[in-house]
Amino acid sequence: MSYQVNENGYYGDFGGAYIPEMLYPNVEELRLAYLNIMNEPSFKQEFDQLLKDYVGRPSPLYYAMRLSEKYNTKVYLKREDLNHTGAHKVNNTIGQILVAKKLGKNRIIAETGAGQHGVATATVCALMGIECIVYMGEIDIKRQAPNVARMKMLGAEVRPAKSGSKTLKDATNEAIRDWINNPVDTHYIIGSAIGPHPYPDMVTRFQSIISEEIKWQLREKEGRENPDYVIACIGGGSNAAGTYYHFLDESTVGIIAVEAAGKGVNSGESAATSQLGKEGIIHGCKTLLMQTADGQITEPYSISAGLDYPGVGPLHSHLYKTGRAEFFSVTDDDAMAAGLELSQLEGIIPAIESSHALAIFNDKKFQPDDIVVISLSGRGDKDLNTYIDYFKL
Amino acid sequence: MNRINQKLAEDKKLLSIYFTAGYPSLLDTKTIIQDLEKSGVDMIEIGLPFSDPLADGPTIQESSTAALKNGMTTNILFEQLADIRASVNIPLIIMGYFNPMMQYGVDAFCAKCKEIGIDGLIIPDLPVAEYHEHYQATFEKYGLINVFLITPQTSDERIQFIDSVSNGFIYMVSSASVTGSTSGFGNTQETYFNRIANMNLKSPQIVGFGISDNETFTQATKTGKGAIIGSAFIKHLTNNGVETIGDFIKSIR
Repeated sequence: MSYQVNENGYYGDFGGAYIPEMLYPNVEELRLAYLNIMNEPSFKQEFDQLLKDYVGRPSPLYYAMRLSEKYNTKVYLKREDLNHTGAHKVNNTIGQILVAKKLGKNRIIAETGAGQHGVATATVCALMGIECIVYMGEIDIKRQAPNVARMKMLGAEVRPAKSGSKTLKDATNEAIRDWINNPVDTHYIIGSAIGPHPYPDMVTRFQSIISEEIKWQLREKEGRENPDYVIACIGGGSNAAGTYYHFLDESTVGIIAVEAAGKGVNSGESAATSQLGKEGIIHGCKTLLMQTADGQITEPYSISAGLDYPGVGPLHSHLYKTGRAEFFSVTDDDAMAAGLELSQLEGIIPAIESSHALAIFNDKKFQPDDIVVISLSGRGDKDLNTYIDYFKL
Repeated sequence: MNRINQKLAEDKKLLSIYFTAGYPSLLDTKTIIQDLEKSGVDMIEIGLPFSDPLADGPTIQESSTAALKNGMTTNILFEQLADIRASVNIPLIIMGYFNPMMQYGVDAFCAKCKEIGIDGLIIPDLPVAEYHEHYQATFEKYGLINVFLITPQTSDERIQFIDSVSNGFIYMVSSASVTGSTSGFGNTQETYFNRIANMNLKSPQIVGFGISDNETFTQATKTGKGAIIGSAFIKHLTNNGVETIGDFIKSIR
């Protein structure tokens, strides 16, 4: 079984490039160039340097002692929350801005839901002095005011997506339309492991630094490279893809994906795509997505703005369908409790997305000598208002 | 012979109209089709609304959202069209995104189209290679014509491939844009139109995107076999209702 994308852009049955002809030249240009660019020594050197000096990598692999004691297993946290801009998102935007420069693009567009990817994109555009336009659903703009302000301060233009449900999926549609209208000078930085081929593979490769580091860090700490489990939350799936990447072919490593159940998988207010979705086409790829019987894409719900995407990346659909990854869904309440628990056991306030992964201990028991690595994909600063409202702090 | 090919063989410039099924109201589909034919339109694209129409500008997006809110579904559209061939003779094409068709089942969708008397399909997000590999046999089994798009950015080599896979006409997108965004054609379009005309393709070309009035229709059909109007027609429906379709068509040619 292969978990790498094939030459047609598929992971098993999922992926491809279901795009209108107007996008074909843009996507084809990227498809033909991305691997060559990523393999150029000058690219690698600049990418590595920026990850080190600007992002602050390697991010620590932290042995969470009190959490480990409580659940009677060995828990390591991969601290993506300590990256510049506060989440894993910047690994990908650094990579893509360098690709955009190599392609000679002078205008960047991006979509954002909670604003984390928008901020990470605005950040690298400021760094490189490139024009940046971020599409964000009109409703999300209201819900995520601090991130909107950050993007503006970084010099980006935030354009409201007013179509459809006015959230992340519509922001993505708007970004795609912008790219159709600006086919020559613009690069579209997609923030998750979704979209037409080669995006899922490119984003996964940029995020794969997470599992690359886990390997050598674990060798240092435990004398072995492979943990027993790697665990990550999944919205579109970029932090998960990066956390799993170097373990996909290691059969002794259990891969666990945690989706947002919202108010409950069957409550009608959920984002648990693997449980509620069917094969279909969203934003240019064939994957599992939440939709009506009629094939209209539905609006998901999660208390975490970074997980309420109606699809998952094609790699994850493949991992689900083949059984390579075990999928769990965690409710708002369980995620919030896990976020509070980590704050008080370890002194780390996690992003609510990451809190979903931390809630795994409710659903799965691990052995005392198991090594369990959880991706702490982001920090909780951006979610403080949600935590305040929820816990009446 | 497919009605589309018959129409393409006629010695005239063709006017084709796109509208979103279920808009302005759910039950307008049949009336709009009948009135368009009466007004002298040559061909109709019936838009199957989709929640996420990423190749469309605001006008078609809004009409799609409204149509879905009105309750339009694939099944309802097929019911509304069940006896359409009792009253309408011009070619009818369903235009929509791939996901709703996939969920209906591509084979079942094509079978239903044949049963009703739909002549062809335009699916902007089904790429030509994917079609060629997986779906062409199904379309051909049911005698359906699939229409592909080309744009000013499409390479000559790719246009040749698209031409070879096409069995009706090529939908020539006038400029690098989503639907409904341009105003008037300039030198860029003229150069592009001439470039395509000089390629001597086997498939006639019908121009779409950015055609809204007599002037743009005339420009687009100088080299092309015809032109498609979508957003401008939908705007007319929004502003004037379904009663004055004839006036709109008269203003075009």
